[in-house]
Order: sequence, then C-alpha cells, then structure tokens
Amino acid sequence: MLLISCPNCGSRDETEFHYGGQAHVPYPENPNDMNDREWAEFLFYRDNTKGTFAERWLHSTGCRQWFNMLRDTVTYDIQAVYPMGTPRPDVSVPAAAESGTASTAADSTTTGSAAPSTSATSISATSTASSTTAPEGATK
Amino acid sequence: MANTAALEGINGLRDIRRSPASHLTAALETGSVQGTVVLKEGPFQTMAGVRVDPRSEQGSRIAAVAGGLPARCGEVSGTDSVSVLWLAPSEFLVVAPEEAHDSLGGDLIGSLTAALGDAPGQVVDLSANRTTFELSGPRARAVLEKGCALDLHPRSFTPGTALTTEVGNIPVILLKTGDESFRLFPRASFADFLGRWLLDAMREYASPEVP
Repeated sequence: MLLISCPNCGSRDETEFHYGGQAHVPYPENPNDMNDREWAEFLFYRDNTKGTFAERWLHSTGCRQWFNMLRDTVTYDIQAVYPMGTPRPDVSVPAAAESGTASTAADSTTTGSAAPSTSATSISATSTASSTTAPEGATK
Repeated sequence: MANTAALEGINGLRDIRRSPASHLTAALETGSVQGTVVLKEGPFQTMAGVRVDPRSEQGSRIAAVAGGLPARCGEVSGTDSVSVLWLAPSEFLVVAPEEAHDSLGGDLIGSLTAALGDAPGQVVDLSANRTTFELSGPRARAVLEKGCALDLHPRSFTPGTALTTEVGNIPVILLKTGDESFRLFPRASFADFLGRWLLDAMREYASPEVP
C-alpha cells in the first residue's frame, strides 16, 4: 500500500486515489493536420519508463483534485508531488543518491531478479513516502 | 424523525419521506451497547453543495450567508446551526437542520443561490444525497478504526474536524462532533451497507470482555 501525499489533504492511502497515466502529454496544436498514425500515437502511445516517471493522480475519494507525481516505477519511491500545469521538477540528482545504485543496477541487467528486489524495496519506499513530501496546509 | 408532525413540507409529502436507513432503526437500537458504543441514524438535514472560489467576490458573499468558508482540509466553519464542511479547495458542503430548507419555511438554499447570483460557481440542493449516522461512545473510535485508515487519535483528529475518507470501503464524510462522538455522511445508496457494516463492527463490544 502506497501512502500518497495529496497536496490538499495530506497523506492518505493509495485506495483513495486513481491513477491518471503519464503526465505532460500535451494536446496537439493542430489535430486536423495529423495523420492517423500520429493521432493514434498521441492517444495511445505512452512511455513505459523504468525508473522515475511523471504521472497524474486523482484523489477521487477525497478532494477530487488532480495532481502530478514523480514516482520511481521500480522502488515505488515518491520523489515529488506537484500541481497540474507546472513543469516537471528536477529531483533526479538527490533521488539517485538517496535510493542507491545497487537495486537499479541489478534490475537493469536482469529482469529475472526484478520481482523479489522490487517487493523488498517497496516496503522501505512506503515507509519513507510520508517523510519525503510534506504537503503544506495539511491538518491531518 | 424529530418534529415530523410540525413540518408539513411540499404539499404534505414530508410525512411520507423515509430516511435511507429507516428500515434499520430497530437493528441499530438492538445493536447499540449503551455506555460503550451507540449507533443511530440522525434526523434529516438540509445540505447544499457549494462550488465557489473562496477568494473571489462571490466567495465572500457566500461566506457571509453561510458563516464563513473553511480554508483547508478538515476545517469546519459556520454558525451555531449551519456548518460548512471543506470538501476541496473550491467545494464545500453546507449542513443545516431540516427546518432551514426552503420548502419547510427556511431560506438556506435560496439565500445561498442569491448570494452566488450570476457569478461562476454553483449551489445545489443535496439534502437527499446523504444520510447521517451518529456513532458515539468510548468505543466509537475503535469501531471506526476497523475500516478507516486515517489517524483518528484525538491528537490529530480533533472535535470540530471533518474529513472526506473511506469507512468500510464506503466513501463518507467523517465529522467529529465531540471527544467520543462522530457523525458519518454516507451517500443514501450506501446507507444500508454502512449501517450493517458498523453494526457488525460493534458486535464484539456487546460481549463481556475477555480478560
């Protein structure tokens, strides 16, 4: 279970949220000028990043507001929570130093060992999630 | 429900109104453990959903009618009879006694609508949207903790605080009215399930405590 820091409500369980897919996918400026392939790529093609990934989340049973989140898809470490419409924050340097290189290096070379290592690291990522992003204005 | 005889309502239809958990009244009574944890369905209330930017001019007009708008998550503002619950940065729930409804002689919905005027926002009568469960007693918090992931300890969840969350997987607004009393606002269609779920959670406290 992830503990996600909603910018409005504070830390809540993952079950209160809905995933909104990749963030920062702009609507095409001239959709009529695109051919079918380009349009299909805009609609359906998304990155499948291994590592830090910018994604949208909706606090559906809370304040019903959307927000963006930087999450490591390997360790589930939540690195940043930021409002919709703002550019992706640059937290790659401290995050890489903090999460260590051992687990990501092992995962990148062999996919067979990915499952046990992610389950082991996700526990620590959950416990640190609340301390990494403390939302302002949360009374809870 | 209280004062049903005194309230005539729209063309006398008030008398045949049934609350969403009225069929559970007897079960709630027998399931409650007096002095330990008591569950009952509250009276009808007038509720209005308000969406308005609290920093705008229309926001201050609505705040004047409702008795202030809460500024952040958990806050509850309002007057003695009207409370305004924070749902989102620009979304609020105004809760008042049933008599405040326009059809019963009050003017809450009408005055909120008039305060908004033509400005951006909305005032919607949601009086029939949610029902109220009142859970109280020394074990009320223990019952809620079986199905709510929030920190309900008094040091972080103080009386006069309302949070939107899940209890027993049902989305509710959880209002803490006193040190040992809570008010839950589930949507009407979830009232049956949540009432039975709470009764099940309360059942252990009817048995003598095992040392």
